[in-house]
Amino acid sequence: MQATDPDIYWITEPQLGLAGNMYLPLFMQGLTTTVKHLFSPKVTVSFPEERPQIGNPLIYRGVHRLNKDEAGRVKCVACFLCATACPAHCIDIVAAPSPWPDREKYPESFTIDELRCIFCGMCEEACPVDAVELTSLLDLTGRSREEMIFDKEKLLSVYDMTQAAEPMKSLELGNAPSK
Amino acid sequence: MSPDLIAALVKIALLIGGLMTAAAYLVLLERWIAAWVQDRKGPNRVGIPLTDIKLFGLGQPLADGLKFIFKEEYTPAHVDKALFVLAPLVILAAALAIFAVIPFGSVVPDFDIWGYKFTGDAVNLVVAPGVDVGLIYVFALSSIAVYGVILGGWSSNNKYSFIGGLRSSAQLIAYEIPMGLGILGIVLSTGSLRLDAIIGSQAQSGWWNAMTQPLGLLVFTVAAFAEAARLPFDLPEAEQELIGGYHTEYAGMKLILFLIAEFLHMITAALLIVILFFGGWHFWGLTGADDQVTWLGALLRIFVLVTKFMLVVLFFMLVRWSWPRFRFDQLMSLAWKVMLPLGLLNLATMAILVELEANGTLPVGSQGTFALVGWGVMLVGWIGSALVAPLQTDNRPRPGAGGLLEPERLLA
Repeated sequence: MQATDPDIYWITEPQLGLAGNMYLPLFMQGLTTTVKHLFSPKVTVSFPEERPQIGNPLIYRGVHRLNKDEAGRVKCVACFLCATACPAHCIDIVAAPSPWPDREKYPESFTIDELRCIFCGMCEEACPVDAVELTSLLDLTGRSREEMIFDKEKLLSVYDMTQAAEPMKSLELGNAPSK
Repeated sequence: MSPDLIAALVKIALLIGGLMTAAAYLVLLERWIAAWVQDRKGPNRVGIPLTDIKLFGLGQPLADGLKFIFKEEYTPAHVDKALFVLAPLVILAAALAIFAVIPFGSVVPDFDIWGYKFTGDAVNLVVAPGVDVGLIYVFALSSIAVYGVILGGWSSNNKYSFIGGLRSSAQLIAYEIPMGLGILGIVLSTGSLRLDAIIGSQAQSGWWNAMTQPLGLLVFTVAAFAEAARLPFDLPEAEQELIGGYHTEYAGMKLILFLIAEFLHMITAALLIVILFFGGWHFWGLTGADDQVTWLGALLRIFVLVTKFMLVVLFFMLVRWSWPRFRFDQLMSLAWKVMLPLGLLNLATMAILVELEANGTLPVGSQGTFALVGWGVMLVGWIGSALVAPLQTDNRPRPGAGGLLEPERLLA
């Protein structure tokens, strides 16, 4: 496109007034803002001593857990919807025929690689029986890669750990799963 | 060894130790202020090692220094090695040598401890007392800093370093002139190039140069910001554009030499502003005006000087977060089209006033008239420059401006 093209709009900047050309009023404005922030309350959280405030644990996406039903059995029915929905391919399920009469399959092993997980919450969205959920635990640390691959027992133990503080999201949000 | 030599060596040792510590702790202060301005808390963890005592993070400079010492001293293969090593040494040596003539207070009385006299006379709180060309010495050495920057940028053999070095040389050379013009007024009115004499005359009359020559203060402060390469004039090392400017290729101890030299430039600039324009160690009713001081008076003078210095440094650090960086053409037009004429105006005003005082038209010591005229001239000059030559903010090529976008040039 030529610079002489009539389709080009040449924009002229708004003219500065005397105050703008003298800089000082604008400078004082900037300095005032700076000084104001110098004394304003700080937003930093001193992490290990102080815990950050989580706005709403129901929509927070932290460490996963596998929920248990009333009988203490894993709720998962090994339908693979979460593994299919997962964009990071971090969920690995091995299904087996269920030992219980109310479902066909159950997960013989259910593994989430927390290092690959991007905490998008797709698995939680996909689950038809609200078995996999993201808790509001946010400090996920480990000393080895193996330690960060959570198997079924560990995911169930996360449920035991967090169920008192965070009841199942589906119940909390008022849409209990249809039987 | 003569007592004078011993005194000088002790002063040099104290000065270098003190300056290095001051630079380290000013880095911590700068980080704190940066954090507070951005609503963060800043470094507050490093305290005494191996304990849980944190001391508001006062151990941070030590940790920073250790980190730099233990870092790999990497020299890229493509650099001009001799100059590459020389550059940080030049810049640091020049930055440190400036402090030889800067008075950190006035004089302290003789050390009279249990009847033992140290030198027999009062000790002047400056490494090289009585240097008659003090200001010229400061200027000469601060110009040498440009060599360090250019050598570093050029010997690195790297585009970013080179552009940083080039920008820096242009900027530092351009702002030397307004800086000198800002000072010339003071030299005229004081009649001396000695820094202690300049403080002395301000103390004697009770009028700080900031009150009588506000235009000089304005020009000098802006130029000092540019010379110290502080924001909004930090083009030599604009991180966002040039990675790090002239010290992109440096690592480890060589890098920290550059960084310390940069902080020393800021310390020099702040001290010069205090000494030249804000009366140095003088404060009305608190410190006397003559050279006869008691120990208490000497300590008070040091305290006053350090307080003023810290306030100026605080201003330097706050300005960093208040203003965006200038574009290069704005930087240059500010130097040549605004600061240079304003500096000349200040110099002319002072020359006329001093001459009027000398030939008896004005009574001697009429500082009030100086101040009145000074403020008037500053307002007129400033408003005039804003009206006559407003700073161009829009530098885009456009048709009708006689540039590359003229139709005949486009069709040719």
